[in-house]
Amino acid sequence: MLSPSDILLIPFDDWVNTLVRDILVPNFRPFFRALQVPVTSVLNALDAFLQFVPMLVTTAVLALIAWRTVGRSMALFTLIALVFIDMIGLWPETMTTLSMILTSVLFCTIIGIPLGILAAGSNKLWAVTRPILDIMQTIPSFVYLVPIVMLFGVGMVPGIIATIIFALPPIIRLTNLGIRNVRGDLIEAAEAFGSTRWQILWEVQFPLALRTIMAGLNQTLMLSLSMVVIAALIGAGGLGLVVYTGLGRLDVGGATAGGVGIVLLAIILDRITQALGEQSGVRTPSLRQTLVSLFRARRAPTGETRETGS
Amino acid sequence: MQAKLNVRDVYKIFGEPTHDALERLKRGETKEQILEETGQVVGVQDASFDVEEARIFVVMGLSGSGKSTLVRMLNGLIKPTAGHILIEGDDVATCSAEKLRAIRRNKIAMVFQHFALFPHKTIAENVAYGLKIKGMGAAERRKQALAALDQVGLASWADSYPSELSGGMQQRVGLARALATDPQILLMDEPFSALDPLIRREMQEELLNLQKTLKKTIIFITHDLNEALILGDRIAIMKDGRFVQVGTAQEIVAHPADEYVSAFVADIDRGRVFTASHVANEPAAVQLSASAEEALRAMEELNRNALYVLDGEKIAGVVTYQDLSAAVRENGKGGGLAMVLLTEYPTAAEGAHLQDLYGLASTGLPIAVIDREGRLTGIVEPEAVFAQLSGEDRPQANGERDAEAATSDTRETGGAHAQPL
Ligand SMILES: Nc1ncnc2c1ncn2[C@@H]1O[C@H](COP(=O)(O)OP(=O)(O)OP(=O)(O)O)[C@@H](O)[C@H]1O
Ligand SMILES: [Mg+2]
Repeated sequence: MLSPSDILLIPFDDWVNTLVRDILVPNFRPFFRALQVPVTSVLNALDAFLQFVPMLVTTAVLALIAWRTVGRSMALFTLIALVFIDMIGLWPETMTTLSMILTSVLFCTIIGIPLGILAAGSNKLWAVTRPILDIMQTIPSFVYLVPIVMLFGVGMVPGIIATIIFALPPIIRLTNLGIRNVRGDLIEAAEAFGSTRWQILWEVQFPLALRTIMAGLNQTLMLSLSMVVIAALIGAGGLGLVVYTGLGRLDVGGATAGGVGIVLLAIILDRITQALGEQSGVRTPSLRQTLVSLFRARRAPTGETRETGS
Repeated sequence: MQAKLNVRDVYKIFGEPTHDALERLKRGETKEQILEETGQVVGVQDASFDVEEARIFVVMGLSGSGKSTLVRMLNGLIKPTAGHILIEGDDVATCSAEKLRAIRRNKIAMVFQHFALFPHKTIAENVAYGLKIKGMGAAERRKQALAALDQVGLASWADSYPSELSGGMQQRVGLARALATDPQILLMDEPFSALDPLIRREMQEELLNLQKTLKKTIIFITHDLNEALILGDRIAIMKDGRFVQVGTAQEIVAHPADEYVSAFVADIDRGRVFTASHVANEPAAVQLSASAEEALRAMEELNRNALYVLDGEKIAGVVTYQDLSAAVRENGKGGGLAMVLLTEYPTAAEGAHLQDLYGLASTGLPIAVIDREGRLTGIVEPEAVFAQLSGEDRPQANGERDAEAATSDTRETGGAHAQPL
């Protein structure tokens, strides 16, 4: 049978090799190096910190956070899950994964929220950003690794950079959505009182979009977690590496242990961030709150203490 | 009195480019023609008016007539396509962003149709918003916010959230928020339209009450002519972005400029627009010392069947033709007025609305219109009340007093008509 490749075989891989090895890497190496620096330092600091803090302390703190944000049963779950992880001997790997996730989420937030805010303010910018985000979200996570390896090489930090890029779209999208969905008459009211753009953003748009932004943060976190595991393929460590080595050696038990660790961590982080999202944003006061506020109004007003909290 | 706000030849065209549509407008094409041929929407055309200090200027028009567009141009939320908007000499249409912000912070505040309270802030924080934006410290702005809330009777709700309040209460908060920065000019875009009729009336009364002490310069938008007539010192009727008539409530009701205005006027609530002084006759009366003979003659001359009797400056009572002539027949002509004097008689203040005279008029006796010291300043015949309520032209020779009442009233008329310059 005749196939097009008999007539012309395009040396696509050679072209890419030339592009990367002979053009991009020699000319832009300092640039890509520089990009790695902040990620490296944050990651190292976090990892060192989490490895240093005793397991029981970390567990207690996470359980406390779960208790405050979600409730008692989630706190109990966190406690048991983390103890279990420790008992199957995966505590250090779990902490490495956690620090990788936190690093990635941190950078996603730093990049994503301002970008989302900018995109919300300009239809032109959004028209450009949107298709890029669409493409980013259609590319399978696996394929992300290719250009990253091309540009950054292999290792822990390239793995995290891949994670950041992979997990970035939801927080940009939902920040943009949240800001755009703030009622027009509220913006108009803020403007009519002489607010600057910055004041409108800070006083009105951001607080009202916070709920949506937190939903984006939750999605970003979940994507980070899934990518951080895959990043083990290009040399990132943590639980992903446990699974990856387990698979490589056909060690079903080791791979499963790593998988269980990932699932438990995912559940804990997901529930906590979801609950954070529900707490923020517009308050819909319950009957109890209404009664409390009635009662409070009768006593001497206590100044705007609430404001500092928000 | 000095004008707080001067609006001169203001146009707003939505859609680019605007000069074509402007030219077409000046050639006399209508809003529809322009929309059809160029696709551009005429928001406001050729609006010119002045609002004097401490007056309420009402803009009334149907949906889409350009009211919101007009009022939003006054504080620069919408930039006019052409024209000038002067607030104490500063042109909102052309000034820098910096200057505009300063004007918004200090001179002009706005109340919105759907309240536009910030749902994530407490009532006190909402009211303090304008102060916070200006950079006032937390303690001071809380104090001022509470004072503003107190004016609208909601101080005890300071720490609640907007969602806990009813619509009427939310709009009071909206008003308090606008008042908190102590602006000279208040813009109100259909502030009461979202409220149900009873609350709306209450709010109208309250606004008028507040205005007595606050003396703000208010631009009030409504689509309800009744509301316009009740609140407005002057009223502009708007259609297709253009003012079709500007004048006092009485001028508009008495002399509608065209059929469009007449159609509105046809179903207004006259009982709330006109006051006792609009239908009162001159305060003809006799002194208590007069004889029955004289009193009867006076009534015949005036063609009335009852007459007020004064004792010096004070009202002594009222005598009716019937009683008096019966007394004369029995006792001869010498008897005084005292024996048939009715000391129970209906009275009304000069500013009383016709709707309040309705009950008094049904006694059949003429109503004594009295000033604050209790002196007789006019007399309202029962028929005049019913005639005015039913929208008929006034009977008797009151036509001249009508015009006089309109001008001697506190409402100003000088320069009432907007004139394109
Ligand atoms: N941003 C805009 N772009 C295009 N056309 C607009 C815009 N805003 C208003 N218009 C048009 O301008 C005209 C006046 O609108 P405006 O909102 O001022 O009316 P209104 O009198 O306030 O009506 P309503 O009682 O419904 O609030 C309408 O024909 C409207 O379609
Ligand atoms: Mg409107």
